[in-house]
Amino acid sequence: MGSPVQGAVNGPATGQSSASPESTASTRRGTELWLLGFAAFLVTGALMLVEANQEQALTSRIIWYGLAFLGLFGFAHAAVRKFAPYADPLILPCVAVLNGLGLVIIYRIDLALSERALQAGREFNDDVSKQILWTAVALAFMLAVLVLIKDHRTLTKYSYTFGLAGLVLLALPAVLPNVIAPTINGAKIWLRVGPFSIQPGEFSKVLLLVFFAAFLVSKRDLFMAAGRRVFGIDLPRARDLGPVLVAWAMSLGVLIFQKDLGTSLLFYGTILVMLYVATERGVWVGIGVTLFVGGAFVAYQLFTHVQQRVANWVDPLETYDDPGGGYQIAQGLFGLGTGGVGGTGLGAGRPDLVPLANTDFIVAAIGEELGFIGLAALLLIYTVLALRGMRSALAVRDTFGKLLGGGLSFLLVMQVFVVVGGVTKLIPMTGITAPFLSYGGSSLLANYILVALLLRISDAARRPQSGSRPRPVQQAPIAEAHTVMVERPT
Amino acid sequence: MNTPLRRVGLAMLGMIILLLANATYIQIFNADDYRKDYRNKRIALEEYSRERGKILVRNGNETLILATVQATNDRLRYLRQYTNGPLYAPVTGFYSTRYGAGGLEKAEDEILNGSDDRLFVRRLSDLITGRDPRGGNVELTINPAAQTAAYQAMEANGFKGSVVALDPKTGAILTMVSTPSYDPNQLAAHNGDAQEAAWKSYNENNPDKPMLNRAIAESYPPGSTFKLVVAAAALEDGKSKDDPVTATDSIKVGGSELRNYNRGYCDNSRTTVSMTTALALSCNTAFAQLAKDMGEDALIEQAADFGVGEDDLVVPTPVVQSCIGPKADSCMQLDDPNAIYQSAIGQRDVRLTPMQNAQIVATIANGGERMRPQLVKSILAPDLSKISDFDEDSLGSAMSSDSADQLRDMMVESEKRTGGNGKRSDLVIASKTGTAETGNDPKNTPPFAWYVAFAPADDPKIAVAVVVESQNVAATGGKLSAAVGRATINAALGGGS
Repeated sequence: MGSPVQGAVNGPATGQSSASPESTASTRRGTELWLLGFAAFLVTGALMLVEANQEQALTSRIIWYGLAFLGLFGFAHAAVRKFAPYADPLILPCVAVLNGLGLVIIYRIDLALSERALQAGREFNDDVSKQILWTAVALAFMLAVLVLIKDHRTLTKYSYTFGLAGLVLLALPAVLPNVIAPTINGAKIWLRVGPFSIQPGEFSKVLLLVFFAAFLVSKRDLFMAAGRRVFGIDLPRARDLGPVLVAWAMSLGVLIFQKDLGTSLLFYGTILVMLYVATERGVWVGIGVTLFVGGAFVAYQLFTHVQQRVANWVDPLETYDDPGGGYQIAQGLFGLGTGGVGGTGLGAGRPDLVPLANTDFIVAAIGEELGFIGLAALLLIYTVLALRGMRSALAVRDTFGKLLGGGLSFLLVMQVFVVVGGVTKLIPMTGITAPFLSYGGSSLLANYILVALLLRISDAARRPQSGSRPRPVQQAPIAEAHTVMVERPT
Repeated sequence: MNTPLRRVGLAMLGMIILLLANATYIQIFNADDYRKDYRNKRIALEEYSRERGKILVRNGNETLILATVQATNDRLRYLRQYTNGPLYAPVTGFYSTRYGAGGLEKAEDEILNGSDDRLFVRRLSDLITGRDPRGGNVELTINPAAQTAAYQAMEANGFKGSVVALDPKTGAILTMVSTPSYDPNQLAAHNGDAQEAAWKSYNENNPDKPMLNRAIAESYPPGSTFKLVVAAAALEDGKSKDDPVTATDSIKVGGSELRNYNRGYCDNSRTTVSMTTALALSCNTAFAQLAKDMGEDALIEQAADFGVGEDDLVVPTPVVQSCIGPKADSCMQLDDPNAIYQSAIGQRDVRLTPMQNAQIVATIANGGERMRPQLVKSILAPDLSKISDFDEDSLGSAMSSDSADQLRDMMVESEKRTGGNGKRSDLVIASKTGTAETGNDPKNTPPFAWYVAFAPADDPKIAVAVVVESQNVAATGGKLSAAVGRATINAALGGGS
């Protein structure tokens, strides 16, 4: 992946023309629009399959839905064209496919649940219309971030504000009484505001990440200093351990007070990676992993819900009938197994048999109906999305941008790893949402903000510098390179 | 800062690769385990919406459909329907959306739901022509007249028990009755609550256990019918039916005594009788001593030749193991040197399924050659063209045809001494009755009444085993179960054949 993929730097021939932002050759906005059209085509096709397999009447409505979807993202495309013209052209289409597929699956599960409700004589409220609303709101948020933050470096000015806000949001559900912050599915991470439930922790992820990026950049020199040498390893000074310990304590706090394993894992892993990137010292990873193993061991000893999760992971079929046992994971695995290589076809499976099929276990629904092939394709879309983010982080010129871009990209992959790994029994199930796919407004909003930041960073990375020609990365003389590039990789 | 970023990028790729590898393991290598797990309802739901094949019986030009489907307009699309549900339930089994399948519905599921490899070409053509795939059909060996007669004879008297009838020459299962029975239609209902109510009424706190297929899933002490096995071993050992055996009133077994049913000498005051008479009068002492003299190995070997101890017999519904010894640890071993006395008269730990006991008489009827019992006559494609046909299968010789002939003659004498209804002057039946004591307090616990027989004696067309879990039977079971057995035989053989 170290090879210069297209798009990071303009080709030498177009160097001069890149001064005009309208040029498609340099901004590649045309590519983005084209890919968005393809995404709309895929999503419309998926919707058609669901309708056909569910024996709904195939009407021209579907075409209109597809066009509305294209219109929504066309609007987002126009916003990107205006406010971040040099942004990476693959990011938005990847998000569009993921979000669109998520909507189709949520709709598909709605159909199954409404039929069950009909048979049982219960009332049924669909989720997909709410999720469509959330998608529109999330796109508006993305637009707002692009408009408000013209340069990602301005974020550093408010980093402590963000950090504080992130901590408050994170702690809020744990502190507030149960009337406002109910415990749902064993986790105390929701806030009930009127008819809506929001998960403030989703937002604090992004806020805290921005804070840590800024904090680590400003204190970078401190962490680079070596402490004592023990067994040939340069240990950091004890006082520099601060951020790691804070992250560790915060993650433990989330685990203990909110019983939210997934968020806890997510925070910790992401902050550790950012620390490593900022300091370029592997010893942090070593220390972090040691602390993690210690924390995990203590948590396992102390908390029955952690023990239960581990038992469900070791053999969900064994704990199938226990209360809080492996029933859900087993149902997910049954779905995945039934899907096999090719899947049952969209709308032809029984993903509704899995509890929480449209949130935490939406990946099981995709694995069942689209098979291993569909699941692999899904993972590759996430990979492309995250690697484009990482590519932008590599290409952007300032350290804060690098750290933030790298952190956001890793956060995305980490989320995917935790949720898909949990569903497919690679790691214990921790219950987080799949980015852009799962039903849930908070997660969608937070991830769109994440993407807006990535778009902003990639825009900065590819925007031609005023007064200086963009230079090919590999051939730049060291003397001309920017700030951090003076350190040659060894 | 780019070097660690690149490394993180690689780590991200590594995480995705881990996920892909694990998904491969789950969805490709382990997929079958998850797909076929009994708790996975998907396949059943999927198959339920497919047109499931029929279970049928053909008798000349007449076709009797035992199980079929009716199209419905709900999502499940087809409702499974059974003709004469309780009568044929032990044969067909059940097929429920909530509780899975049982009996033949389960054993031949792949044919009936159309996923069997033998239906592959037809599935393919269905796919091309755009027709919904359908399941194949299963034609049975059941003789409806005999099945009905046996069931009615049991039900009319309120008997709890089982009747199994075989064609001795082919092993075809002609009758498989278990009473009291249940109605599989109720378990196939599309209304989940109705299914649950029916299931509960059949399974929870129901002492009658209507869903227990007593023919193949329950074993009983065979009592005196087991003397046939002792006699077979003795004949194979070189004895003849006319050789004298003891007729004494009791044998000391350890600290207790083994007596005859009448508590005296077996035949008035004679000290010895011929083996034929001993069987006809069902002398306990005679057969206990006979078995002891031959040794337990001879008895166990003979029983094994008849199929006792087999734990993998499927008809294609699985048949539970029949045993000589205590089943838990040593199915085919006696746990005590004195056990042979009681085992010889079908008591102590000896337990046979009605299917096993029917096999023993069928083997004697077939000149000593044991045929594998089979319920399926043929497998038919959805369009009723034949995919596979009945293939009779010999399981080896249990005794010489000369010994079998002698034993048949002994059984004909035994039938003459057996009372009960249904005797016909134009039909010679060879039979043996048995009354097995049960429970810890045998004298006050109702016994199991057995009747095993085949007919006509000179050219056997049907072998039958009847067991009645008597409610309050004082007399030896002979009369009770003999009437059921003869009704079955008469129905199978028809008028004056």
